[in-house]
Amino acid sequence: MVKLAVIFFTMILVDNYVLAKFLGICPFLGVSKKLDSAVGMSLAVTFVMVMATAATWPIYKLLLCPDWAVGTARDMSYLQTIVFILIIAILVQLLENFLKKFIPALYKALGVYLPLITTNCTILGVTILNLDNGYDFIESIVCAAGAGIGFLVAMVLFSGVRRRVEQAVTPKCFEGLPITLVAAAVTSLSFMGFGGIIDAIFNVAA
Amino acid sequence: MSENKSKMSILTNGILNENPVLRLVLGTCPTLAVTTMASNGIGMGLAATFVLLCSNIVISALRKVIPDQVRIPCYITVIAGFVSIVQMVVKAYVPDLDKALGVYLPLIVVNCIILGRAEMFASKNSVVDSALDGIGMGIGFTITLTIMGSIREILGSGTWMAGLGKLIPALGADFSIRIIPESIDTFSLMTSAPGGFFVFGILMAGATWLTTRPKKSAPAVEGGNA
Repeated sequence: MVKLAVIFFTMILVDNYVLAKFLGICPFLGVSKKLDSAVGMSLAVTFVMVMATAATWPIYKLLLCPDWAVGTARDMSYLQTIVFILIIAILVQLLENFLKKFIPALYKALGVYLPLITTNCTILGVTILNLDNGYDFIESIVCAAGAGIGFLVAMVLFSGVRRRVEQAVTPKCFEGLPITLVAAAVTSLSFMGFGGIIDAIFNVAA
Repeated sequence: MSENKSKMSILTNGILNENPVLRLVLGTCPTLAVTTMASNGIGMGLAATFVLLCSNIVISALRKVIPDQVRIPCYITVIAGFVSIVQMVVKAYVPDLDKALGVYLPLIVVNCIILGRAEMFASKNSVVDSALDGIGMGIGFTITLTIMGSIREILGSGTWMAGLGKLIPALGADFSIRIIPESIDTFSLMTSAPGGFFVFGILMAGATWLTTRPKKSAPAVEGGNA
């Protein structure tokens, strides 16, 4: 249990995908202008992340590269990238159709953001990193959920920062994205302050 | 003549005017993540350039075959194929680079530069033009990554091009150029996450300034492109 909690909170605070690992910067810069679209996008991302991990982990461990196959000719881990991206693309498409038919309210809320998620590197990133880190199935799911919530936290915080930045008067060439990136640097700096907090709370060496 | 010039402008377009990272703001994730060292930037840039060139050629060649409705999945499959090739080659010949780039190497698949150029350029233009566009965009990407990596590496660890020896064995594995003497404390924040955002913001402002400033030398520049 402690290990799961450690993974979950580490993903949110210390290894935040956006602010510490630079994954998903495009939606982070593109969609964080308004709070409600930021929340919508993050929820969609979290949902797809968990679903994608639940789908890719078994496929990798059972089909592509079972434990007994490591190092033998049966090891097909080189197909990882191509298989995972296709799974994610299919999953997003399925999800879109499913939501449209059965939960139209949620579909309306997430609608625009769903297709964009296929090319969101956090999704592919989390599925690959879970396997690189050697997490088991439950740990992978928890890690994906943590990564999603971390994305949400970063997006929500940053949309607030951004509202202030937009009103500020900046040099002409800094207008728009450049000053936004500098603001992101400061936000990311504040997250660095969380380094070590998880080890201290749960009393473990990570 | 004009034919040649337009080919040239396709090639040079990606370097500053439509620099994929600084002007089109595509592919920001690898830009920020791998540029802690200049040599990583070069490695990433070259890997992405190869994928960009190959995928642009293949997608452009298939542009009349691929049905419009399923084009994005088709593009992604083509791109993922080339990324897998790059992954295997890098893993086999430059394992240190593979370690340095880590998860960002497979993530070239979802690098928006590549899908973006496939959608914006390769799906509408001839094979030769698309190949030139791929090379130009790739060079622009590589140059930007290298500049950013250099700034962060020099300020953050005081060295330049450390690790280049692993890309080019002739230089020796410990190759690096020390810019800031060891006696001076380095600005280690630069190699961590906030430094990445900060340098990227400054560089982007610089590129905006370069391309939008009131041009004194405008006639010469436009004469070259016309």
